[in-house]
Amino acid sequence: MPDFLAGLCDPDTLQMLAEGTLDTLYMTLASTFFAYVFGMIMAVVLVVCRADGIRPCPGLYKVLDVVVNLTRSFPFLILMIAVIPLTRFLVGTTIGNNATVVPLVIAAAPFVARLIESSLLEVDHGIVEAAQSMGASTFQIIFRVLIPEALPSLINGSAIASTTILGYSAMSGAVGGGGLGKLAIMYGYNRYQTDIMFATCVLLILIVQILQEIGNRLSRRCDKRLV
Amino acid sequence: MAEPVIEIKGLGKSFKSKNGPVVALRDINLTVEKGDIFGIIGMSGAGKSTLVRCINLLERPTEGAVIFDGQDMCRLSSAELNRARRSMGMIFQQFNLLMQRSAEANVRFPMEISGVPHAKAKRRARELLELVGLGERAHYYPSQLSGGQKQRVAIARALSTEPKVLLCDEATSALDPSTTASILNLLRDINRRLGVTVVIITHEMSVIEQICNRVAIISESRIAECGTVEEVFSNPRTDAARRLVLPEGRRAGHIKADRLYRIVFNGSSSLNPVIADMILECKAPVNIIHADMRDMDGKAFGQMVVQLPEDQEICARMLGFMEARGLAMWEIPPGSCIDCDPEDYDYEQERGRHA
Repeated sequence: MPDFLAGLCDPDTLQMLAEGTLDTLYMTLASTFFAYVFGMIMAVVLVVCRADGIRPCPGLYKVLDVVVNLTRSFPFLILMIAVIPLTRFLVGTTIGNNATVVPLVIAAAPFVARLIESSLLEVDHGIVEAAQSMGASTFQIIFRVLIPEALPSLINGSAIASTTILGYSAMSGAVGGGGLGKLAIMYGYNRYQTDIMFATCVLLILIVQILQEIGNRLSRRCDKRLV
Repeated sequence: MAEPVIEIKGLGKSFKSKNGPVVALRDINLTVEKGDIFGIIGMSGAGKSTLVRCINLLERPTEGAVIFDGQDMCRLSSAELNRARRSMGMIFQQFNLLMQRSAEANVRFPMEISGVPHAKAKRRARELLELVGLGERAHYYPSQLSGGQKQRVAIARALSTEPKVLLCDEATSALDPSTTASILNLLRDINRRLGVTVVIITHEMSVIEQICNRVAIISESRIAECGTVEEVFSNPRTDAARRLVLPEGRRAGHIKADRLYRIVFNGSSSLNPVIADMILECKAPVNIIHADMRDMDGKAFGQMVVQLPEDQEICARMLGFMEARGLAMWEIPPGSCIDCDPEDYDYEQERGRHA
């Protein structure tokens, strides 16, 4: 082992890294989950209401479209600071893992909405028409046609979303968030502890690789077009 | 008198575009009767697809009415419309199967959305897949099936809610000729056995020939001609109909020759080798200048232009021979266009001449 990594053998350091990893995973997965709850609703509304959608509603579409673009144009670090009052209202504090989830969800939901929207739009319009010709209602088309048909693409999208959210969560270490991002900033940046910096980088890379790989495999496995 | 299933009355459809409204259909009046296999044929862009999509309101007509089973489709609430659509199956050129569902699950789909219990739906799906000859492939996914098999699944799916009408939008246009024939046979079989009225949109005359009993020709957003297939094929009255019945590329042009005769086959004779018989009987050769024949249900349709021998007596014998078989031979004035260009050939005039 190179000299500069010797410090990592210390049990306290190892435990700190392990906790950081768990915190990061927690923030990432919790935020991804909530981002999907809100993002899915927004995406479905966007897809259904667009001009050539199954229930065109140009007004609602335009409003939501602008809202999504607006939120997407905030750099995450600034968004996090901007929503501090909301975070305090919802979680009661502005530091720690739970507090980080609030801005993460706000930042990620519109991004997720765009990902889901593009997945849902990939579904062949002919299939939607076929369902309409069978007398399917709007809800049936959404839940029995659009989402199931787009599932492989949605799973792929969720791998992209969770890795992006992981990146955001690391950034949150700068303003009170926990996890690997905090370790990197506290030890790597403020105290020049290259070993810890190195370890957090490796861990982040591993997590991203694993999430992406899980997404790819799940997506491939459930895609009946590939059997 | 057969009872009408679909009545289209004064239907018009226009689309908005950047350059103002585009009229896709105007003043369409059609009646499809119970048990019909009704063909709607036209060149691409004539509006035929729009027309069939107006029947189940995938496109909402901008004027007129579509009466299905006694109710005006345009006046239904969306829940009522969904119910009415369950009595109308539809199949498409691109099959439009759910790619993430097996063949059986595809066939179950319309039953799921109309609330048929799972076990019953499963049973019926199996029966229908048997009916279309895919009993063995129930668990296959669409990506594992050929085009013809996909269309069979789509047909089974369209039949699952026991529709009164099956709408086919260019259902065979993506298939090769032999698969097309097998799908058409299946449709005819379904029409006969289950009594499902079939409406077929196509640009291929051969599809109409093979299975339809009635046909409407649509051209430039209007119905040019409508009637039984025999009527329309043996006596196309409009340019649009002639263009389809007598396809281009068979122009013989102006031929400077004498003793040219046109024989029209209007389905009254079977496909016996009449011309060969005539030659054998009269012991003189004829010169076949042009022939355009179709076999429909074993009957001959089309026309032939022959040049008879110089000998007046043989000529007369030949005319008599054909007349005895119910086939009129019309002399074509020398130098006139012998067919074949539907654009400038005047059928009415010739009919008048020979009447």
